[in-house]
Amino acid sequence: MMRCRRLALLYAVLGPLAGSPALGVDPQPPAPTTSGQGTSSEAAHVPPDPPQHTMGDMDYRQMADMMQMDDRGRTGMVLFDQLEWRNSAAGSDFTWDGEAWYGGDTDKVWLRSEGDRVGGTTQNARADLLWDHTFARWWSLQAGGREDFGAGPPRTWAAIGVQGLAANWFKTEATFYAGEQGRTALRFKSEYDLFFTQRLILQPEAEANLYGKSDPERQLGSGLSDLEIGLRLRYEIRREFAPYAGVVWSRQFGGTADRVRASGGNPSDAQFVAGLRAWF
Amino acid sequence: MDRSHRPSLALGHSRRRFVQGLAGGALAAVGARHLGWAADSPSVSQAGATLCGTEFNLEIDALAVNLTGHPAVATAVNGRMPAPLLRWREGDDVTLRVFNRLSVPTSIHWHGMIVPADMDGVPGLSFDGIGPGETYVYRFKVNQSGTYWYHSHSRFQEQTGLYGPIVIEPRRGERHHADREHVVLLSDWTDLDPEHIYRTLKRQSNYFNFDRRTVGGFVDDVRKQGWKPTMADRRMWGQMRMDPTDLADVSGHAYTYLLNGSTPAGNWTGLFRRGEKVRLRFINGSSMTFFDVRIPGLKLTVVAADGQDIEPVTVDEFRIGLAEVYDVIVEPKDDRAYTLFAQSIDRSGYARGTLAPQLGMQAEVPPLDARALLTTMDMGMGHDMGGMDMSAMAGMNHGAVGHGATPHHAPVGYGPNVDSLAMQPQSRLDDPGIGLRDNGRRVLAYADLHTLGGPIDHREAGRDVELHLTGHMERYVWSFNGQKFSESEPLRFNYGERLRLVLVNDSMMNHPIHLHGMWGEVESEQGEFLVRKHTITVQPGQRLTYGVTADALGRWAYHCHLLYHMEAGMFREVRVERASREAANS
Repeated sequence: MMRCRRLALLYAVLGPLAGSPALGVDPQPPAPTTSGQGTSSEAAHVPPDPPQHTMGDMDYRQMADMMQMDDRGRTGMVLFDQLEWRNSAAGSDFTWDGEAWYGGDTDKVWLRSEGDRVGGTTQNARADLLWDHTFARWWSLQAGGREDFGAGPPRTWAAIGVQGLAANWFKTEATFYAGEQGRTALRFKSEYDLFFTQRLILQPEAEANLYGKSDPERQLGSGLSDLEIGLRLRYEIRREFAPYAGVVWSRQFGGTADRVRASGGNPSDAQFVAGLRAWF
Repeated sequence: MDRSHRPSLALGHSRRRFVQGLAGGALAAVGARHLGWAADSPSVSQAGATLCGTEFNLEIDALAVNLTGHPAVATAVNGRMPAPLLRWREGDDVTLRVFNRLSVPTSIHWHGMIVPADMDGVPGLSFDGIGPGETYVYRFKVNQSGTYWYHSHSRFQEQTGLYGPIVIEPRRGERHHADREHVVLLSDWTDLDPEHIYRTLKRQSNYFNFDRRTVGGFVDDVRKQGWKPTMADRRMWGQMRMDPTDLADVSGHAYTYLLNGSTPAGNWTGLFRRGEKVRLRFINGSSMTFFDVRIPGLKLTVVAADGQDIEPVTVDEFRIGLAEVYDVIVEPKDDRAYTLFAQSIDRSGYARGTLAPQLGMQAEVPPLDARALLTTMDMGMGHDMGGMDMSAMAGMNHGAVGHGATPHHAPVGYGPNVDSLAMQPQSRLDDPGIGLRDNGRRVLAYADLHTLGGPIDHREAGRDVELHLTGHMERYVWSFNGQKFSESEPLRFNYGERLRLVLVNDSMMNHPIHLHGMWGEVESEQGEFLVRKHTITVQPGQRLTYGVTADALGRWAYHCHLLYHMEAGMFREVRVERASREAANS
């Protein structure tokens, strides 16, 4: 490093000696920049030599590998939006609501599932497996299938819908289903994050299910079947890990409500819930 | 990337220590107290990380470091993070043998250096990259002088420490005399795996923003501004699904900001004697951070931008975009310490050092400024929103707005992965940028920069090439004209032509745009030459033009220098070709 310093000093001495007399003026005088005339920068600028080795053409895949830069790279995420315990009249009830996706910026595979377990038995549960295609600034189209499981016979549906961000950041899903024997269904879900602090976040959520015709074996009436409104207050210890507590008001309607009443239940219920929101 | 060596999310330790870092700094691991880069100073004997001459051997390897109390692995050159200072002389032929000891490919790009395309160091465009155990020999003539820097162009190695300064002594001596000089290299360090950061941004792009609007803020705004303006404001942002607090994608939540590799607690110190002129060579070598720099108690006379001498301009503060370089002369009059203070654009943290007559001194560290909110101007909506009470919006400054800019409406049809278009972009070259408007200090703006000696090419531009800076924050997709690199064709320049690049920033973020191999000569709104730069920051809602002379044959990178924006698609190839070949292609 001493060599650096000596060189610098030597250069500082020799530089002006070498440069100034030749010019007879201050080193590198700012030249007047009149249009149409060469500038002093123009005289000083040295374009690079042509490359001695040029890179041949390659396709995007090869290029991405060589650059180690790939904007077509795929990402995935698993989100357990709700893993929660509810204090229902019938005892403790565990419910889940989650999704997972994998893919690129435009096309993804999307898995969604929700359901509940009472006394160790899965009651009303479903899973959707969808292809998700971004088609508008805030929306993607989803198409695929849904399987209902738990109590009653399983049902299989074809699914098509949209999901995205409605104005004011309402995360929204609307899906239409067509099943065997002419069954149809509609599902809406919307949720919102309200920040009290940077980590204490209230999430209002609403979900509604409608059916084209009743399905007695699964205790479902036709028309608006159920509506659930939740308010969950979570604390993000980390963004990925947030315990929460809240209240959920749920109500069955029409034929579905009748069946609940017939089995001694109450079609309208408010419950305290506690759970965990986690993703990775 | 040495993924295997890096811890995953690790924030369980003391927040304070994380932000402030360890006093020992990165090189605690190699048992040396790093005093940084100084020339002709009493501490020069300790500035062991300076290499000079014409022959260089650079060895890239993983380096165990501990900056925050958590062991991590950096990417180092010759055992140094940041990489050693390279001192060259204008006119010299330099040879740099770069040996890769990593288990993954690497590369070095000489940022701002005008070198042949095969010496430019971009894998895939310049050369094949440098495989594990391989050496690449860079050889070129140094035809310029000033402050530059070098960094990896492979994956996220820049984030893990592979960056270092270059100082080139002018053949005819420095135009602006200084008694001594220090390099001030700013960067952002994270203990997280950069792969994890990138994945996280794709999953939840506002993950690192811990200054989002809250219910309390809403109540405050209603109290101060009334119900109607507050609701109108929230409705406007809500309609756009945009967040006015979105100033930085990665914040102090993940970053510990470094100055010459030292944490704020490490307090890098540069020495001076009272009355001396001290040249500070500021380089922003960070991956995702804009810094706002000041030295309370000292006026900053900016004498060079991106290595190019400018008409000296004296300011209190300047914003330095990623990869930008400013040379500043200060004249401390007193025998006291001065704080080098570089706060991040989102005010989530700062890099800090000290100028002092002797080691061990320190001055007060100023508090972080208030965080600004994006305005309709930053959306490229001009500054006349119908029914909006603009005076109520924080950060607005009509005085700083370039009036009379011709609206250039953004073309529509960029596809679903573009979330906003600037309908009334403005030139705004006199706007120092969000968070710096009307802060009571004299802040540098591009309009203040006047490169001495005029442009390198006095010809009128033969054509305009307009590119829009676009993206989708929510999905974390970034692009030019709505096309990611994978979806784009190379931009073709004819060898020898002078053209004008017109950049319109449709997005809500600042983008530092870097063209390899050729200078960009920023023009005023009236088309007059202002400043020659290698990296040009385009503010949200801004339309900026610059002249380029296509005198560099070959294939070049053209990209946003925000590392994760580049990865997400904000990258283009530029091909400079002889006319005959161009004709054959069209």
